[in-house]
Amino acid sequence: MGTSRTTDLTLNQIAEIYRTMSVIRAFEDRLHGLAKSLPGAVHLYSGQEAVAAGVCAALAPDDFLASTHRGHGHAIAKGCDVEAMMKELHGRPDGLCGGKGGSMHIADFDRGMLGANGLAGGGVPLACGAALTARQQGTGQVAVAFTGDGGANQGAVLESLVLARMLDLPVIFAIENNGYAQATPADRHFSGTDMAQRAAGFGIPGAVVDGYDVLAVHAATTEAVRRARDGQGPTVLEFRAERFHGHMELWDDQSYRPDADPERLRTESDPLLLLRSRIADGTVAGPAAFELDRIDRDATALVEAAVAAASEPFTADPRTLLDHVYTR
Amino acid sequence: MRTITYQQAIGEALAQQMRFDRSVVLMGEDSTNAWGPTKGLHREFPDRVLDMPITEAAFVGAAVGAAATGLRPVVDLLFVDFATVCFDQIANQAAKLRYMAGGRVSVPLVLRAMWGTGLRRGAQHSQALHPLFVHLPGLKVVAPSSPYDAKGLMAQALVDDDPVLFLEHKMLYFVPGGVPEEPYAIPFGSAKVVRPGTDCTVVAIGRMVSVALAAAEQLAAEGVQVEVIDPRTLSPLDTSTIYGSVERTGRLVVVDEAHPRCSLATDIAAQVAQDRFAALRGPVRMVTGPHAPVPFSPELEDAFAPGPDQVVAAVHATGLLRGAA
Repeated sequence: MGTSRTTDLTLNQIAEIYRTMSVIRAFEDRLHGLAKSLPGAVHLYSGQEAVAAGVCAALAPDDFLASTHRGHGHAIAKGCDVEAMMKELHGRPDGLCGGKGGSMHIADFDRGMLGANGLAGGGVPLACGAALTARQQGTGQVAVAFTGDGGANQGAVLESLVLARMLDLPVIFAIENNGYAQATPADRHFSGTDMAQRAAGFGIPGAVVDGYDVLAVHAATTEAVRRARDGQGPTVLEFRAERFHGHMELWDDQSYRPDADPERLRTESDPLLLLRSRIADGTVAGPAAFELDRIDRDATALVEAAVAAASEPFTADPRTLLDHVYTR
Repeated sequence: MRTITYQQAIGEALAQQMRFDRSVVLMGEDSTNAWGPTKGLHREFPDRVLDMPITEAAFVGAAVGAAATGLRPVVDLLFVDFATVCFDQIANQAAKLRYMAGGRVSVPLVLRAMWGTGLRRGAQHSQALHPLFVHLPGLKVVAPSSPYDAKGLMAQALVDDDPVLFLEHKMLYFVPGGVPEEPYAIPFGSAKVVRPGTDCTVVAIGRMVSVALAAAEQLAAEGVQVEVIDPRTLSPLDTSTIYGSVERTGRLVVVDEAHPRCSLATDIAAQVAQDRFAALRGPVRMVTGPHAPVPFSPELEDAFAPGPDQVVAAVHATGLLRGAA
């Protein structure tokens, strides 16, 4: 499994990556307590922050990303406005998608964020399409197609591997293996060894990467992005990192996870703590601990401000129900 | 006016818009070996006619993503029956992306597909699945019945900013008709009165328009003048033209080769019954295919599809008894 001992990242880049992970953690852990007062389904990303932060740090702002039902982390890492996201989760008309999308459909096309997706694997073909646009227009942009270990079994995902190879699309398949397809462990649903092995069968280079190690995620993605921009086509990256929370808030007692005690994950497999330890032991040059503490406090404050803004009274005008079905 | 076939008319609309708009790309299986409307286009546009592996979920989904990011993909599904293997990408992605994003993106995508009975291809290549798509908000559904309409509606589909399912009836491909050489577009939601009449309104789509016209000829011989209306676009649907006609004739027959339940026939019949009940002077009648798969046997397939005699009988059954008009 790919891990990273060194990195070319600058101190400022490390600080920015840590900040991204910190904001995602603050956002998701805050939602854990808030979910019972929110409408709809919320799927939390805590524990997997290094994947979103590491992948997106290897992208340019105008690159594309198609996300999953567990999409908050991807959206934050891609630059979506945290307050607008929080408002969207509350169903507010001033939310990022006008309250029409919600948690499972967060999108911001101005930032290349093609949307969270309610269908497992559903966003993967969309990312291939964005990559096709980039290829046809010669823009040099790349697209990242996120799905999980469960979604990786979908026909649409496997077909997308064929399509991406045959058209040499500038796309990176980012398979987040968090160990469970909802409540079914990967050893009971995932055929074959891993996604790198599957990719080889499609003629696509692949790697399995420690998804808690943001430097390893960044390094693997940087290489995949380079290949894509050079016209060498797709790459498959499987990132392994378990989620701290259940599949979905208010639904999941996680009784199927006897060996993956979330508290143990938080002490042994926390991507933020791992990066802190790398900085502390001098493996990488990063901000001092007190500066990282300040980043954490700022992230908490940012999320608290977002919650406060999203908690202001509002009304959704029923007449807007029919807006945006068609362009005209 | 010059005469070309339905198939050539579609191809001409595509070629003319591709010369004008570089964002139009064609995607489909056998695109560069195509026999249909796109035949030969890869020679003029080698970089914009893209062969797809047999991966409908991937390439239809990719077309949605491409449409949302700057291209105008025209996807050839071949048979509309094949839409079932990529229905998520049509129903959940293409149709809803704009709405879910609060209107901050559009999906200018055209899905072309052959439909309908008559080619002896059996149950999985002969369906009239338009009701599935008309049901879905966010999609537009177009079904031309003549070469003139085929060119003008395709031209409109290629500049429309919403996803359009463009249904090409396979038995109309070689039907000739007058088609201007210069580009023109027919707006969506504009029905065509194919044959004016005073005694009964007959709404028909696709190949059923010619069936309705044949029935109209038979009825004219007995003194009954039916008005044949082709909605041309099923979503949006031009109800005002249909309602206006029913207000004058007081009678309605809807002809649709789809299955009878939850079809375009039931839809139009119900809308007229709800909104123009007072204008009706007899029961609304529907002429549709049966609640059965399309059979292979030529005799059985011919029995499946509505024919002129059934339309004549349905017009009579609205209360217009033979010789009574």
